[in-house]
Amino acid sequence: MSEVVLKTENLGISFGGLKAVDNVNIEIKRKQLYGLVGPNGAGKTTVFNLLTGVYQPTTGCFYLNGEKLTGKTQEQINHKGIARTFQNIRLFNNMSVIRNVLVGLHNQPEFKCNPFVSLLRLPRHFKVEKAMRERAKEILRIFDLEDERNNLACNLPYGKQRKLEIARALATNPKLLLLDEPAAGMNPHETEDLMNIIRRIRDEFDLTILLIEHDMKFVSGLCDEITVLNFGTVLAQGKTEDALNDPEVIKAYIGE
Amino acid sequence: MAKLKRIKISDYFCYLIVGAVMIGSFIVAQTGNLPRSYSNLLVQVAYSIILAVSLNLVVGFLGELSLGHAGFMCVGAYMGSYLAMQLSAVVDNKLIVLIVSMLAGGLLAAFFGLLVGLPALRLKGDYLAIVTLAFGEIVRTIFKNMSVFGKAMGLSTQSIKYDTRQDTSLYLVSFATVLVVLFLVQNLVRSKHGRAITAIRDNEIAAKAMGINVTFYKLFVFVIAAFFAGMAGVIYGHYTTPVLYSFFSYNYSIEILVMVVLGGMASINGSIIAAALITFINFQLQSHLSGDLAALKYLIYALILIVLVIFNNAPKLAPIKDKVSPKAMFEKIRAHKRKPGDIRGDKSDWRVIPTKIRMDEVLSVDLQQGNDYTPDKPNKGGN
Ligand SMILES: Nc1ncnc2c1ncn2[C@@H]1O[C@H](COP(=O)(O)OP(=O)(O)OP(=O)(O)O)[C@@H](O)[C@H]1O
Ligand SMILES: [Mg+2]
Repeated sequence: MSEVVLKTENLGISFGGLKAVDNVNIEIKRKQLYGLVGPNGAGKTTVFNLLTGVYQPTTGCFYLNGEKLTGKTQEQINHKGIARTFQNIRLFNNMSVIRNVLVGLHNQPEFKCNPFVSLLRLPRHFKVEKAMRERAKEILRIFDLEDERNNLACNLPYGKQRKLEIARALATNPKLLLLDEPAAGMNPHETEDLMNIIRRIRDEFDLTILLIEHDMKFVSGLCDEITVLNFGTVLAQGKTEDALNDPEVIKAYIGE
Repeated sequence: MAKLKRIKISDYFCYLIVGAVMIGSFIVAQTGNLPRSYSNLLVQVAYSIILAVSLNLVVGFLGELSLGHAGFMCVGAYMGSYLAMQLSAVVDNKLIVLIVSMLAGGLLAAFFGLLVGLPALRLKGDYLAIVTLAFGEIVRTIFKNMSVFGKAMGLSTQSIKYDTRQDTSLYLVSFATVLVVLFLVQNLVRSKHGRAITAIRDNEIAAKAMGINVTFYKLFVFVIAAFFAGMAGVIYGHYTTPVLYSFFSYNYSIEILVMVVLGGMASINGSIIAAALITFINFQLQSHLSGDLAALKYLIYALILIVLVIFNNAPKLAPIKDKVSPKAMFEKIRAHKRKPGDIRGDKSDWRVIPTKIRMDEVLSVDLQQGNDYTPDKPNKGGN
């Protein structure tokens, strides 16, 4: 049981003189819901950017299912099984909801289709296109977005845009899903709904999820383990209750 | 499939107008009433459409600015025509020579597209614009200095040139080529690959995070566009003589860009109409202004362009345009057929799409702040 999906070793990056992330060691087990918390500017998003290849770490490395992914490009890392959402939503705004998800499905092996096949509209093109649409609808159904599928992504209300971003990331069939403040800007009802969806996709898709969130109720409701960052370094790590009640953590949040 | 998908006229609009012009003029030509100059105009319209539609792939769909489209046409015109001249000595059939040289000219231009795009597209920012601009100027200067291609006198294509007065086949072949290009381009943009391309334009960071191979698709689009421009060049070489370096200047690249902008980003129908319109205006000015008045051509052309661009963008005129434009009419027909509960068809996003390129800055047309222009939110790197 409990094999390690993500493992980071002394992961760190500095921008100029600033150590935005310093010596972070995290281990996340399969199907775990893991939290990454910390005050503003602690380096949480930077950790995500390191794990997805947006930045290359200046120190340390990370492994997905034992395979070293440090040094790979964003595309390669996604193909290996890490997908993410963004803190400031980055949807394909001028595309419909379903197209956003279809872009996520683009690289799935069962939907492979040579560009020249599409250029000539050979039968395979139609077959792939139809199968992709079916799959996209299935994914949208989980997020209760199926009825919105033909609307432009930018016309969705904020909460639904957040859900669509998760749906799109899920479409890439990841092993590890990184959610950057998924509940930001949601009302309590939507947050509750989102928690259920996250648990559901974890079970249905055999996912491991690492999430950043400021809403502590959300974190303690979902995550069994967390890492608390402050100024790029790990302040506390372990069971959610323990880590949140750590005097260092309370001090960091409340201030001296 | 259980039920046939409803056919939308607007999806086939481009084939319809191009096909109608082609067949219509063919019938008129058979009766012997087609004015001589018009078969010339038709060829010009045909290669302009190919150029505008292919550039729209790069600028409108991919969202990268290319300022050297005439350079790729230049490669096709010189090298494809040269090949055609060699070939015509061996092969008797003019049509076969034309088709083979068109493919070869296209492939050569595509090769140059690969050479230019490979380094330029990997960089962020406006490098592609700068590099393509330089490419266009360099390539024609090289041809100007090669003795095989007639140096400053240009490549004389007399032996393969079609006499459009007696032989109507060139514009038929040109229009057939336009149809093939349209077919391929429409298929591309309406496939999963087209989706990936528009995703890159909409949000490159997100596209990368979704595992889209951004470098591949940028290069792919760029090379395909160069291929089509090369084909247009070969048509040009069969239409006029000599093929002269001065034709493929920066001005001409900009003229193609103007067609794209005027027709609308990522609008294939728009590119077709704008290409035809601009070519027509140019043609009329050229043939009606002679002698001392010839110098006025540029002034009048510029004035017409300014009026067209302003008209196309004026916010006050938008309601009128919404009533008379073909797009609005299709929308009306569709709305009529739609059941009350239906939502907008998801094809809609192939049409009205802003790009990350600030076109009015590029063309230095300082427009009034309209509500129709929505630049991408400034992306802060990082998050
Ligand atoms: N590309 C960059 N160049 C320079 N500094 C950066 C860069 N990216 C992040 N930083 C810095 O790294 C630190 C951590 O930023 P990060 O965005 O990871 O914080 P965060 O924990 O996600 O905060 P928040 O809760 O506000 O989202 C900040 O001080 C930020 O200014
Ligand atoms: Mg952050």
